[in-house]
Formats: sequence, structure tokens, C-alpha cells
Amino acid sequence: MSEMGQKKMSKHLIDFIDISKSFEQTPVLDEFNLYIRENEFLTLLGPSGCGKTTTLRMLGGFETPDSGQIFFDGKDITYLPANERKLNTVFQKYSLFPHMSIAENIAFGLKISRKSKSYIDDKIKYALKLVNLDGYEKRSVHSLSGGQQQRIAIARAIVNEPKVLLLDEPLGALDLKLRQNMQYELIRLKEELGITFVYVTHDQEEALTMSDTIVVMNQGYIQQIGTPEDIYNEPENAFVADFIGHSNIIDGIMITDRLVEILGVKMPCVDEGFGENTPVDVVIRPEDVELVEPADGYMEGDVTSLIFKGVHYELDVQANGYEWLVHTTKYVPVGTHVGIKVIPFNIQIMHKPESSDERAVEIDE
Amino acid sequence: MIKKGISRLYLFLIFAFLYLPIIVLIALSFNNSRTKVKWGGFTFQWYLGCFQNEAIMSAFMTTLQITFLSAIISTLIGTLAAFGIASMKKKGQAVYLGATNIPMLNADIVTGISMMLLFVKFMDLGFVTVLIAHITFSIPYVILNVLPKLKAVNRSTYEAALDLGASPSYAFYKVTWPEIRPAVFSGFMMAVTMSLDDFSITYFTKGAGVNTLSTMLYTELRKGVKPELYALSTILFFAVLLILLAGNVRPGRKPN
Repeated sequence: MSEMGQKKMSKHLIDFIDISKSFEQTPVLDEFNLYIRENEFLTLLGPSGCGKTTTLRMLGGFETPDSGQIFFDGKDITYLPANERKLNTVFQKYSLFPHMSIAENIAFGLKISRKSKSYIDDKIKYALKLVNLDGYEKRSVHSLSGGQQQRIAIARAIVNEPKVLLLDEPLGALDLKLRQNMQYELIRLKEELGITFVYVTHDQEEALTMSDTIVVMNQGYIQQIGTPEDIYNEPENAFVADFIGHSNIIDGIMITDRLVEILGVKMPCVDEGFGENTPVDVVIRPEDVELVEPADGYMEGDVTSLIFKGVHYELDVQANGYEWLVHTTKYVPVGTHVGIKVIPFNIQIMHKPESSDERAVEIDE
Repeated sequence: MIKKGISRLYLFLIFAFLYLPIIVLIALSFNNSRTKVKWGGFTFQWYLGCFQNEAIMSAFMTTLQITFLSAIISTLIGTLAAFGIASMKKKGQAVYLGATNIPMLNADIVTGISMMLLFVKFMDLGFVTVLIAHITFSIPYVILNVLPKLKAVNRSTYEAALDLGASPSYAFYKVTWPEIRPAVFSGFMMAVTMSLDDFSITYFTKGAGVNTLSTMLYTELRKGVKPELYALSTILFFAVLLILLAGNVRPGRKPN
């Protein structure tokens, strides 16, 4: 298991040890190991069915593993019921109690722990302020928009002062603008509360924006653990590279150290130690492809499509039988004959997923 | 113009066929004359006679007991069954729902005869057998009322309650129950209506000596038509009507 990139913060707060879980003979997690540090914003990132939600639900106490153990603050909580765990969840579907007012919703957990009335009232005020919904105490759930409901769900969770806040795709149902605002809010909340966030999403942008640590998962296996920078700049395999952003992932052969051949062209790169004539995956990010005069590039091609994306143009360039995805700020009309160039530093070489510790790497297009 | 006239006539005919017989019955229950063909003036005497008639009153008490006991028990069992079915997988749900629906579609008289045949094997026919029969045929209606609501209720609200520290029973009482209560209530009302309404199944399972209002009406009508029975029928009609209305304008049903 790779521990690369997990920031040196504080002690382990949560440990998953050899967790396996199947639903009706379909394995969801297989010998899953992960630790989460105190005060970390950790994101489980992956496509649907990768096991990220199951992992979160086990932590919340809504599923039990078939085998393995979960430790929280040094104690085995594998079979502890959900209501006895010191963590709170923000669910995907808001799941506010529709027959209660906003104040009653937020007070739900506090009433169970028998807090005094004045304490509860203060907490409600504080929590509503924190999520920018002051004065909403008496409103009904139905009168709130999706984004507001989600904030109340967050408020309802954090008033209980959990050590860990679990968030299951909490922004999934919101529109783009709101989602971005809520991302900033969540980062702010995390700083203010100083607690651990475990966040589940399939949105790579969300993960990159908010996380201290990202765990990329696929088909029940961890593909890579690292900081957002690690994951983006140094994907460990083609799955991570593809999932984290649209990339050019091309079959290549590592001729020798610092020289790779793709699409029939030899290119200098910076990677070493792959051996000679080894098949590899080569990842080149769209923004790293330079368009030059046809004679100056590694290969020549034609622009086949052009889309304006605001900050940049997104181009398809057909060259040597491969459709290159290119991001550029220059306007290059369709039909232009261009040369393609990539500087050695921007060519990422990755092992083909054959070894056993890179299980379940598969890219569905 | 003509089109409008025809459509009005059509509507009028439908309502006439539906309600004219009942209106005639209601009118006759106030008719101060023993014959059906002549209006002898307005009277309450058949109603008074109805309340003074011991057979009628005893049948009325039996009906009340059967109806409410069977409705309460079938609501309890039906609601629990709905919980069970809701947590099944799709395929299991279809099978069990089908199994509970068939008795509902089955001809009452067939259900009645088969229940009678079963009961006489094990016990004497009487109050208890009628009660069991009523519970049995009411359960599917309760399930049909509760199940859709239960499916619509977000399971994650229950989980959210647990997450906030609620014990399973507290979470059910505070979160799930308030959401399904209207459906359980209308299931109960449905069971009351079905039980009040039933004749065939009661007739076959009641044995001698026990009479509900509907079976008593039938026996009395065979002896000859008495105006008291019109009064009784009218009361029965309005009772069912009231229950139906109560079931439709039930409390706690807020517009979304």
C-alpha cells in the first residue's frame, strides 16, 4: 500500500485494516487498507461502484465489513452501532426530517444527548450563522432550496461537535455555481471547526479543490493516495491519469532511459529505470501539447475540431493515427496543418497495469 | 351547444344510476307508510324502531366490535408486512405483493366458503371466526396503503437519525412514524370500510347466533321487508360515507 504523499500531520484517527465486503457475491472492497489522520480533509474519489460510498457507510456504521477491522481513535468500532459513533454524516439526499422545522432538525442530535435548552438555542444560532442561514430557525424544510437544505444538513451534523464529519457526495445535486460556492464554504468550515473531513465524490475537480489527501479508487482497490498536486502531476497509472482529467494516454515503448517511442516517433523524456524496449502508458496533458510550425514538431497533423472554453480553446488534432486533445490559448482554425511538440518534462511514463499491486485498473470510455 | 347538452345528460345519467337507488332508500326510510308505493308523510318512527329493536342493536354492537378489532389488528399486521416487503429485493417484492393481492381479487363468496371449510375443521363458527376472516381480508388493503408511502419515505432520514445518536426505536418513533402515519391511518380507514361493507365472507364464517348488521339485514329481508330496515340501511350508508370522508380529509396532510 502506498503511503506516498500523505502529509505528515498528526496521528492516525481512523484505520481500515484488511476490509473486505461483498454484496450478493459481488466484491465491493477487497483487502482494503487506509488510514486517516486527525484534521485531514481526505477525499475518496472514484467512479460509481468503486467502493467509496461503501467505505464511508462502514465508517458511519451503516454497513459492516465481511472481514477486517475499523479503528477509530484506537478503539475497534467495526461492529459499533451508528448511534454510538462519535462522527456525523451529511447524506447525499440531504435527508432532513420533513415534518420538523429547521431548528428542530438541527436540535435533533443535541436533544438526544440531553443538552440544556439554552445550550441548544445557542448552538442552533451558531450553526445557522456558520452556514450563512441566520434567522431560518422557524422555516419548514420544504421552503428551502436544495443548496439551503444541504447547508442545514451540514449544520445539523456539526452542532454535535463530531471528531469526524463524513460527507457523501453532498454537492452532487446542486448546480455548478452553487457547487463551487459550497466548495469554498466547506474549506472555510473545515478550517474553522478544525475537525477531520472524509469526503466522497466522483467529481475530480471537487476533490482537487478541497482535499489535503485524495484517495483514488476503482473497483474496490486504491489506485493512488496523494496530495492533489501528486495525483494531478504524477498519476501512478493510466486510470488515475484518465480519471483526474482529460488526458492523452498513448501506448508507447520505453526504448531506453530518457527515450520513449510513441506513434512511431522517438521523443526524449525524463524518466528512467523502466528497462529497455518496455511497453508503457504515456500520459501527456492537453495543456502540455505545443502546436508549432509543421516542420518544427515531432509529428504533423491537422486540426479537426475547435471549441471555445472561455480561458482556452479545446482542439482535436489528428496526427499519426491518434486524435490528440490540445488546450491552447491561441486561436487555430479547423483545417490548419500543425506540428506537435512536447517538452521532455511534460511526458509522463507509467507502467502498464500488469503487476498484482495495480489491480483493477481499467478505463471505461 | 348540442354537444354540451349531450355531455350534461350523460353526466346526469351516470349520477342517476349511481345514486338514485340510494336516494329512494333514504326517502323510504322517512316515509310514514308501510307500503313502498305511497308517500305517507315524514316520520322518524322507523329510526326509533330501529334503536328499540334488540336484534338490530345486538347486531350493531357485534359489527362495531368486529370492525374495530379487525381494523386495528389488520392495520398492525399489514403495516409490519409492508415494512417487510419494502425491505425486500424487487423480485421478492413482486412475489409477496402478488400473493397478498390475489385474495383481494378473489370472489368474496369463494373466500367465504373456503374460510368456512377451514374453520369448521378446527373450531366452532362464531365471533372469533368472523374476526379472523375480517382481519385476513383487510390486511392486503392496509399493505396497499402503507407500502407506497413507505417506499417514498427516504430511508436515509432514518439513517440520519441513527447518525445523530438516536436508538433504532427512537429514530422510528420520531422520524419514520410521523412520515407514514397518514398512510397507516388511511389503511385503517380502508380496513374499517371493508369490514363494515362485507356480507358474503361474514355470512359463511359467522355460524348461528352471531349477526353483523349486513347479515342481519339479509336474514330479516328474507322474512319480509320492514321499513326499519330502510332506516338501518340508511344509517349504514352514512356511516360508511363519513368514514370515507374522514379518510380523505385526514389531518396532517399538508400540501407540498
